[in-house]
Amino acid sequence: MKHLLTATAFVLAIAGTASMAGTAHAEGKLSLYHWFEYIPQDLLDKFSKEYDVDVTMDTFDSNEALLASLKAGKLGSYDLAVPGDYMVDILRQEGMLDTFTAAEMPNLGNIEDQWLNVPFDQGRKSTIPYQWGSTSFSVNRDVYQGPIDTTDIVFNPPEELKGKINVLDTSGETLTLASLHLGIPQCTSDRTQLKALNDLVMNAKQYWASFGSDIAKDVLVSGDAAVGMIWSGFSAKARAEGANVEYAFPKQGYIVWMDNVALLKDAPNRDNALKFMNFLLEPENAAAVTNYANYSAGVKGVMPFLTPEVANSPESNPPKGQKGVFVQACPEEVQVMYDAIWTNLKK
Amino acid sequence: MAAGAPDGASSKSDIYAGNGPRLMLPVWVFIGLFLLLPVALMGVYSFLTKEFRGGVIWDFTLTAYDQFFLDRGLFGDDPAKIEWTYIGIFWRSIWQAGMATIMCLLIGFPTAWFIATRDAKTRSIWLFLITIPYWVNLLIRTVSMKFLIRDTGPLNEFLMWSGVINEPLGLINTNFAVQLGLFYSYLPFMVLPIYAAVERYDFSLSEAAADLYANVWTILRLVILPVVKPGIIAGCILVFVPSLGAFLAPDLLGGAKTFMIGSLIEEQFKGNAGNWPFGAAASMILLSIVMAVLLIYARSQTKGDK
Repeated sequence: MKHLLTATAFVLAIAGTASMAGTAHAEGKLSLYHWFEYIPQDLLDKFSKEYDVDVTMDTFDSNEALLASLKAGKLGSYDLAVPGDYMVDILRQEGMLDTFTAAEMPNLGNIEDQWLNVPFDQGRKSTIPYQWGSTSFSVNRDVYQGPIDTTDIVFNPPEELKGKINVLDTSGETLTLASLHLGIPQCTSDRTQLKALNDLVMNAKQYWASFGSDIAKDVLVSGDAAVGMIWSGFSAKARAEGANVEYAFPKQGYIVWMDNVALLKDAPNRDNALKFMNFLLEPENAAAVTNYANYSAGVKGVMPFLTPEVANSPESNPPKGQKGVFVQACPEEVQVMYDAIWTNLKK
Repeated sequence: MAAGAPDGASSKSDIYAGNGPRLMLPVWVFIGLFLLLPVALMGVYSFLTKEFRGGVIWDFTLTAYDQFFLDRGLFGDDPAKIEWTYIGIFWRSIWQAGMATIMCLLIGFPTAWFIATRDAKTRSIWLFLITIPYWVNLLIRTVSMKFLIRDTGPLNEFLMWSGVINEPLGLINTNFAVQLGLFYSYLPFMVLPIYAAVERYDFSLSEAAADLYANVWTILRLVILPVVKPGIIAGCILVFVPSLGAFLAPDLLGGAKTFMIGSLIEEQFKGNAGNWPFGAAASMILLSIVMAVLLIYARSQTKGDK
């Protein structure tokens, strides 16, 4: 017994050493804090090789998790993070962003005009576009053949979809979609509207099989869920992995978002961070991310580098006339009510 | 040499004489730095004012505990009633952890008994086999369990193929799935202490009882159980306590539809809520419950010794 345990410890120790030895030594370093499953390893390797920089990456699974981690003392250990639109605003208010000059970012001109003067970063002083896309839901067409251009599918589903729905486990996106369903504004402090929102999700919960963000694609591919709230690119990936799913653009509206590469305050490797941002603004490299993640780049000249499936993906090409809205960051006195609704929902 | 031994012993006691406190220092530093300090910090945080989107403001207040125990309605201005939300979440967690502990005991006791009654060589192989799953990360094991029991997974497909059932069992995203996950995660914590207790058991006692016309159940109840009871209690604590704070199994196997203590606390630090004092307060309350259980156990033990 003792020998076996010693052997086990020995094997574990070797495995640990081996994995540490795997990181080669290079001139510079770059520390990245990124979403899970969002950047191809090839692209990181390419940057490492071209600039002789060691890239390390940690991942998070929601904008709030990113904020919590930076707030809990991680600021100063990462160079770059990839916050969504409203989180850029919050990070700036928290004083967590550094700024760069136009001279430091020669490729700034590559950004598509519509994404240059965005409300969350006028004129792009701290961030550059990473990818943009939408959040809505997908339906397994083997299970349900009816029309899906309505949020009723999630909140008031037809009989064959009841109990087969996965919703995202983030209150921001799920409650925003619920607000679109009701046609009420985001961050409302109107009590009748908030009560209606609370009643809607409390009633809809009986139709939902699970809450989960990182499993959003997996449950559709495996068939655990027939409807899943999901990000557009993840739905495209689910389709590519063989699930017969269609991504919906509901007439009540859907969520639009843009993830941005943000230069963090107290970045330990600021120069390399700027190099990496410029690198990501090269059309070829932006296209590599898009080909991997199935969203849209927000960078000019990516078209020639995109694979035809990605360029023409139905998930990235919403029908004309449907409205997409950004998630808003609510003020504190309103946010506590949304938090209370969320806790109420999961109690 | 015979004369040297007592000499050596006395010189040893000279070295240690009066050095007790100093030799305990590393232990105290370790406990202080990695146990007492974090718990104290958590205690202090639970009495602070929350900062919007995470963080604390250094104003002392009871708001976090007020939020835990008193219900002031969705908008916070109804007259205060007892808040059942969080008590309900705690109760559900205790129930889930309790069920997992019972399942572990039902399977773990016979397993430990079986292992302890093998001959010495095969015994170590059985123990080794029990520990093998622990080479794999808890997350991977929980996800694997999910793959196994999902509606389209091998378990259901096999049962439907063999004609035992016509419809999938619908195990995934249920409380039972959570209990199954906890049971699977912590089973060895039940087996090993019981094994240690059974191994010390003198089997001639069973024979003596049988000679005195005790049947199997009487032997188990009056002879075996009192001897192996410390092992069973230790096993139950080792399974119950980590199950109580678990959030992987509820998230992955239970579909995250309802908060457990662990996920409720996680949400306060990682989620939209960002209410650190409330998370700290919930942790302190959880800690108090666990401490109370352990204290009751410790007291019952010392009473038993008398």
